Amino acid sequence: MLGYFMKRVVLAIPVLLGVATLVFSLIHLVPGDPAQAMLGDGAAPQDVADLRRSLGLDQPLTTQYVKFLRGALSGDLGKSFRTGQPVTAMIVERVPATAELAVASMLVAIVIAIPLGVVAAVWRGTIIDFGAMTFALAGVSIPNFWLGPLLAIVFAVELGWLPVSGRGTLLHLVLPAISLGLALAAILARMTRASLLDELNELYVRAARARGVSRAGAVTAHALRNSLVPLLTIIALQFGAVLTGAVITETIFAWPGIGRLLIQSIGFRDYPTVQGCILLIAFTYVTVNLVTDLLYGFLDPRIRFE
Amino acid sequence: MTLRLRSGQARAGFVIVALVVAGAVFAPWVWPWDAAAQDLPHRLAGPSWQHWFGLDELGRDILARVLLGARVSLLVGIVVVGVSSVVGMAVGSVSGYFGGRVDQIIGRIMDVLMAFPGMLLAIALVAVLGPSIVNVVMALAVIGWVGYARLVRGQVLRAREFEYVTAARAIGAGTIRILTRHVLPSALPPLLVQATLGMAGAILSEAALSFLGLGVQPPTPSWGTMINGGRVHLLDAPHLTIFPGLFLAVVVLGFNFLGDGLRDAIDPRRR
Repeated sequence: MLGYFMKRVVLAIPVLLGVATLVFSLIHLVPGDPAQAMLGDGAAPQDVADLRRSLGLDQPLTTQYVKFLRGALSGDLGKSFRTGQPVTAMIVERVPATAELAVASMLVAIVIAIPLGVVAAVWRGTIIDFGAMTFALAGVSIPNFWLGPLLAIVFAVELGWLPVSGRGTLLHLVLPAISLGLALAAILARMTRASLLDELNELYVRAARARGVSRAGAVTAHALRNSLVPLLTIIALQFGAVLTGAVITETIFAWPGIGRLLIQSIGFRDYPTVQGCILLIAFTYVTVNLVTDLLYGFLDPRIRFE
Repeated sequence: MTLRLRSGQARAGFVIVALVVAGAVFAPWVWPWDAAAQDLPHRLAGPSWQHWFGLDELGRDILARVLLGARVSLLVGIVVVGVSSVVGMAVGSVSGYFGGRVDQIIGRIMDVLMAFPGMLLAIALVAVLGPSIVNVVMALAVIGWVGYARLVRGQVLRAREFEYVTAARAIGAGTIRILTRHVLPSALPPLLVQATLGMAGAILSEAALSFLGLGVQPPTPSWGTMINGGRVHLLDAPHLTIFPGLFLAVVVLGFNFLGDGLRDAIDPRRR
């Protein structure tokens, strides 16, 4: 077991290094001089030179790279060009908001998806299955940047039940979480259906039925429990989609998270903050996938003995 | 390769996609209004017999702009899927066929690219390269090829062990001939499914980037830009947001229906 854990952790290191390298190179992809691009065409040459020095762009590339990696490891991501604050502090301040939104949207997704997937699998090939899966496919197709404003019109403006934007109470969380969670619910519902159908065909389910276990009992007590294990991977993989979706949802609902900070920083060409946000989101994604891998190995012994 | 779209969903998908392609291609002939012409006195006017989707904040016909936006979306989708699939096919077949160190190096590069969630890398690339349709296509292709490469690699790994491939090698066929004539054709059906679903993804991603102000720039109409522009008038003129979004959702749904139907046609166990 320990060997499996160690192997997975060691395998994640080159990926994290690659991610950091790609994020480091972002600023060097800026056409022309990044300092000039940040200050604008009308900036005085002295100001441009000062900014280049403060960003470390006047140093050799290898020195910049080593400094970036050291900074990333020690949690020093430089200073924001816009506010002058340390980027790490700005990001840490916004982590709770994004985490709250991500968790809430995943909960919304799970609550919708599992019953929908189960219903579709149990009544496979019927109008119920067709309706559930059409709903699921529609959910994947509806963009959250369209759904969000429409939900706001109906539930915040017309009905006045929920706040239009901002963060504060639990009510503030409802619309952003639904807007972000619906697409994930659609994907999970399809996966739940497929996974449950596989399990329903297994011999142990037929044996349970032959022993007199009811259809509902065979689904809930036997097949569903096993079909949820592969779903864990899908949920973890979709965590990345949730983090990316949060960039848009936070922008729509003025939710003060990392995604909104990223878009605001892009607008101000605040590249150190852009790099910091991207690095944090990618690192979180890799870590979540790693934890899922470890958890999966724990839940299913066949995986760790492969 | 003969594929029959048996399910109603797949046929519906085909009809939706065909209608949108026809609408985009024949836009100037099927709808008389000019997408750029302004009627300022009637700005924000709601849907009417004359203007089915109403007018926008500059008095431009929304349906004409939606149809023109379809050209942008489809073009982005086709180019992104085309470039991604060609690059993915080349990289995936080299990786799978040669194996060893080449496969390992390509595998690590793909691992790093896959470590970025969804569209995040595209947002980052467009943020530094600058907002433009070309940069959107480039950014989406940079993240898009990996999925095709993984798929083709898997298919090639399987196919290279087939007896007819061994026989081709034994009679002296070259690597390129073996790959293009014997190995890759077996990867085409799943690739077609991925490309169809990839169209939906690329169209949605372009719209999302344009919505964030990172994609197609005004005055060129794009569904994402139109939805974003309509947010200001959500209360007094919701049609500015509703129609482009509805069109986008239906087109993406059409490609998803079609992709699902093709997958079912290829793999009968899924039915």
